[in-house]
Amino acid sequence: MELYQLTAHALRDLLRKKEISSIELTKSILDRINLTDPQIQSYLTVMHEQALNNAQEIDKRMSAGEQLGDLAGIPMALKDNICTEGILTTCASKMLHNFKPPYDATVVKKLKKEGTVLVGKLNMDEFAMGSSTENSYFKQTKNPYDLDRVPGGSSGASAAAVAADEAIFTLGSDTGGSIRQPAAFCGVVGMKPTYGTVSRFGLVAFASSLDQIGPLTKDVTDCALVLNAITGHDPMDSTSLNIKYPDYTKALVNNVKGLKIGVPKEYMGEGINAEIRHSVLNALEILKSLGAEYEEFSLPLTEYALPAYYLISSAEASSNLARYDGIKYGYRTGQFKDLLDLYKKTRSEGFGTEVKRRIMLGTYALSSGYYDAYYKKAQQVRTLIKKSFDDAFSRYDVIITPTTPTTAFKIGEKSKDPLEMYAADICTVSLNIAGLPGLVIPCGLDSKGLPIGMQLIGKAFDEATLLRTAYTFEQNTEYHKIRPNL
Amino acid sequence: MNYETVIGLEVHAELSTKTKIFCDCTTEFGGEVNTHCCPICTGMPGVLPVLNKKVVDYAIKAGLATNCEITEFGKQDRKNYFYPDLPKAYQISQYDLPVCKNGYIDIEVNGQKKRIGITRIHIEEDAGKLMHDEWGTGSLIDYNRCGVPLIEIVTEPDMRTPEEAKVFLETLKSILQYIDVSDCKMQEGSLRCDINLSVKPVGQKEFGVRTEMKNVNSFRAAVRAMEYEAKRQIEIVESGKQVEQETRRWDDVKGVSYAMRNKEEAHDYRYFPEPDLVPIVINKEWIEEIRKTLPELPNAKKERYIKQYQLPEYDAAIITSSRTLAQFFEECVESGANPKIVSNWFMGDLMRILKDNNLEPEEIPFPGQYIAKLLALIEKGTISGSIAKKVLEVMFDEAKDPEIIVKEKGLIQISDESQLVEIAKKVIEDNPQSVADYKGGKEKALGFLVGQCMKATKGKANPQMLNNLLKEMLNK
Repeated sequence: MELYQLTAHALRDLLRKKEISSIELTKSILDRINLTDPQIQSYLTVMHEQALNNAQEIDKRMSAGEQLGDLAGIPMALKDNICTEGILTTCASKMLHNFKPPYDATVVKKLKKEGTVLVGKLNMDEFAMGSSTENSYFKQTKNPYDLDRVPGGSSGASAAAVAADEAIFTLGSDTGGSIRQPAAFCGVVGMKPTYGTVSRFGLVAFASSLDQIGPLTKDVTDCALVLNAITGHDPMDSTSLNIKYPDYTKALVNNVKGLKIGVPKEYMGEGINAEIRHSVLNALEILKSLGAEYEEFSLPLTEYALPAYYLISSAEASSNLARYDGIKYGYRTGQFKDLLDLYKKTRSEGFGTEVKRRIMLGTYALSSGYYDAYYKKAQQVRTLIKKSFDDAFSRYDVIITPTTPTTAFKIGEKSKDPLEMYAADICTVSLNIAGLPGLVIPCGLDSKGLPIGMQLIGKAFDEATLLRTAYTFEQNTEYHKIRPNL
Repeated sequence: MNYETVIGLEVHAELSTKTKIFCDCTTEFGGEVNTHCCPICTGMPGVLPVLNKKVVDYAIKAGLATNCEITEFGKQDRKNYFYPDLPKAYQISQYDLPVCKNGYIDIEVNGQKKRIGITRIHIEEDAGKLMHDEWGTGSLIDYNRCGVPLIEIVTEPDMRTPEEAKVFLETLKSILQYIDVSDCKMQEGSLRCDINLSVKPVGQKEFGVRTEMKNVNSFRAAVRAMEYEAKRQIEIVESGKQVEQETRRWDDVKGVSYAMRNKEEAHDYRYFPEPDLVPIVINKEWIEEIRKTLPELPNAKKERYIKQYQLPEYDAAIITSSRTLAQFFEECVESGANPKIVSNWFMGDLMRILKDNNLEPEEIPFPGQYIAKLLALIEKGTISGSIAKKVLEVMFDEAKDPEIIVKEKGLIQISDESQLVEIAKKVIEDNPQSVADYKGGKEKALGFLVGQCMKATKGKANPQMLNNLLKEMLNK
């Protein structure tokens, strides 16, 4: 096996035993990027030199006997909406095509402290708005399982890079499913932690009350390792919770005896592709055979989650994206008559169609006279959805659902109909609305050979139960070992 | 027909916290452009605000000092609009749950007491400053002021004359200075106000259509703007037309206001709860902690001065209108001076010198004890009252102890009788006409002779002794 194919925990052991060096490993990843990324198109920025220098420094520190984190020397990459000091952070938008932040996001600081090696920045849907990475201003990332298909979105390249072995792990961001849906489409592990678990400082905001950074990894153990590195209270983020965060690797236990699993029937209906339904039911049977119990139940209000999500996220986005006005940084139109003209042209030219659509939708929803009917009503739905999850979790330890109604679709297949595209988020948005953690793991392939992901939903701050369930499943199956043929 | 003016005010006061409302940048005024800012207050992508707790402390303090209820469960909201001085394109403010509400301030106009309602006090961030045309080709932006904390104080439409509004503003300013939450320097923009004004026939219950006036930068300008606007509206009503609800801009140089273009004012701010911040929860302990830090407020201090020192109400009101002046007064009294005499000096020479030199009480260059020393010198007969006035002027110029000034300038009063006799003799010899007038019964002539003696001694002669001496000599 090549080094780039291994998991972070396997590589950690090799690095600690000094069987390999970080520089060898980093070279292996950079070579892999050179080889496969011309097809996959995951990276917007690759930092060859910086990554090698960084790896060399880590090697030195390790050979000097310094105690470094579990992820020391591991090459990883970041979605391009996570700010990196002095390194382009474009959000895959023309608007920020030249933006180099003078600061690191808190997660970047944490990963640097851990000793990881940043190899580059990854493509995405512009400002994280989309489910296919087709909305990038720069390029179209492909699904490693089928280059004619999308990798999902908006963290499409974060998933594709892991699936194609172009990074050992990556970080994405998830506002309505943007980590979990691409993880499912590309057959990798992806987690959206509980809202408030990972600092949002330095994550370019899409919808502040929904956004959360999370890991995309090759297996559940790696997911726990990355969570250990990035979670924690951050005084720079008022919405980050000041609680004691667990050691997530302690949850990696092969045991689901007595675990109560709820399966909401609203997520298993006609709208879900039969192969996916079958695959999830198969996974549930496996868990049952390992000692868990599962039953169907009704999770009311599910049908309202999607409209509520699109209202709240668009409303917040319309305000969050107002700062891109051509005055301070980023794109500015060439010619303008006056201030209003500068604003209009800069924003018309700098934003793509989907971003403009959401800004208009959100502006409308917040407008005087419409606020009560749209934004306020959506917030009320949000409260009710939270409550219906609370009720469910009084009976179940974990809720399991499909992640997506279909497997990866073809490039261009849905990009003409925004509503059809929005429907791709139907299984994932409720968690963001309720602030709950969600873990997606591979549970098989469909008849076209495309990955299927199952979604595990947990109580707030109970990532541990999700990890234990997923770990047990992984230890007793081989789905996580499936890799695309590239 | 007689008309009545209805006035409500929206006052913005910059808080004197050391750092900004959502980041660690200094709030200091007057730094080099764009040196008091960071990625947070300039709204760079991905940054987040964290509320400075001191800002809430100050707002609670302002609320308690103006008899407000403090909101237990409050929040912050985004006010969305595009302007280059607002880098995020939204201002973090408070919409429906301000820190304070339902308070009042008592004012006194021409001896009449009146209660002005405070609708609400909320916290928000200030914007930056545009600098136009200096470079010819466009505008530049200074973000130093971005994120400086403000409180906005909104009153009920309770004022009926510009005079009442002016007294309200002065009273409010004095309260904010007393409680040390704002320096209220209008010239630095740390106190600004918008005026809502309408007119109605006296006796009519319903209010007329109001206008909002912006860009009022001094109390004087506020009064002028209100007088102008009341007159303008009365003329419109008299001519049978309707006052239009609009935002107007005051031009203090020309002394006129004009309606702002529709585009400038037709904002839909699309307020919504700020998702980057958590609710502001204020419990009783917090409120009580702040209450303990409240000093004696101007009204209470005034009443105390009247009672404790028997000062006339007018004098007490003037002295307590400024916290610094009141402190200065108390320093004098604590150093042993007679409060009534101190008050007379304050109301007379001290206020005159401040006014003539355009000084604020904060700029008095010497401590209060010096006034007490000056008064002691008069009492001991070391100097006369008129010399003391001169000494006070010198104290303002040189900031020196009056005892030293008197010594250095040789201003000690001549109280040596033999020396005074010599001077009197000379003056009697030189002014036979006046002597004759006095002897002929003209009492006034004595004053002239005393004056001549004072002139000869450059004011240093002890006037009481001189008076007695001259009488004695002339009556011989």
